[in-house]
Amino acid sequence: MEAAINMGLLTLMAIVTLGIIRLRNLFAVVILAGIYSFLMASVMIVLDAVDVAMTEASVGAGISTVLMLGVLYLTKVEEAQPTHTPILPLIVAVIVGAALVYGTLDTPPFGQADTVMNTYVGADYLKRSVPETGIPNVVTSVLASYRGFDTLGETTVVFAAGIGVLLLLARAKKPKRRKQGEEGDDAS
Amino acid sequence: MMFAASAAIMIWLALAVVRALRGPTVFDRLVASNSIGTGAILLLAVFGFMTGRPEFLDIGILYALLNVVGTIAVLKFFRFGDLGHRGGEEPD
Repeated sequence: MEAAINMGLLTLMAIVTLGIIRLRNLFAVVILAGIYSFLMASVMIVLDAVDVAMTEASVGAGISTVLMLGVLYLTKVEEAQPTHTPILPLIVAVIVGAALVYGTLDTPPFGQADTVMNTYVGADYLKRSVPETGIPNVVTSVLASYRGFDTLGETTVVFAAGIGVLLLLARAKKPKRRKQGEEGDDAS
Repeated sequence: MMFAASAAIMIWLALAVVRALRGPTVFDRLVASNSIGTGAILLLAVFGFMTGRPEFLDIGILYALLNVVGTIAVLKFFRFGDLGHRGGEEPD
């Protein structure tokens, strides 16, 4: 059942990716990238990685869409025709992909219990987290309790970055309006 | 029954993806994107009940909020052509 849902979602993701490659309208590409992120988050949930799914949904579907729209404001909406043939990038991508697949061949099977990362620290956290913190999700207890200060620092960095982006977006508008006022042409 | 529900949601997602790829106007794609977000929330809920963990509904609420934020960002871009716009007044 899980495998069937995952196969369906991954097929849809492949179709969306082909659409992203084929379309020339960058606005549609941004929307399709958001769709891709939502499908990816669903795959993560079916794989039982709820925290990764939440990050994917908030960063991929939420923040990325907003930031890419901000970029579209600075460029054209239609993608320009490529000036060179895509043969060399294709070869590089195939080689890198093959190297990554070769790198995953040595990893232990999914969910195996007696691997290195599942025996020492992980088993200790699994044993201690519920009695010590009372949080049923172990990942949440590690992020919010054992590494609480680390998470607080990360949140501060993300908050500062968000303020910076907001300031930049608000600044980009003013010179344009002044220029329009000087030239006296009517926007839209 | 949950199996039938998840199968129906998968078909829904496929139809929405088709509309997002073919949609002649941007608004078709936007509605398709929003619909896929809703479908993902429902798939999350159905999957949570299927595996006996209804706590997944909390994450569904977060997804719904994100869906609204993304759609509002796209619509604001369309209305004002600028995400930094303060809003409230007419674009011209």
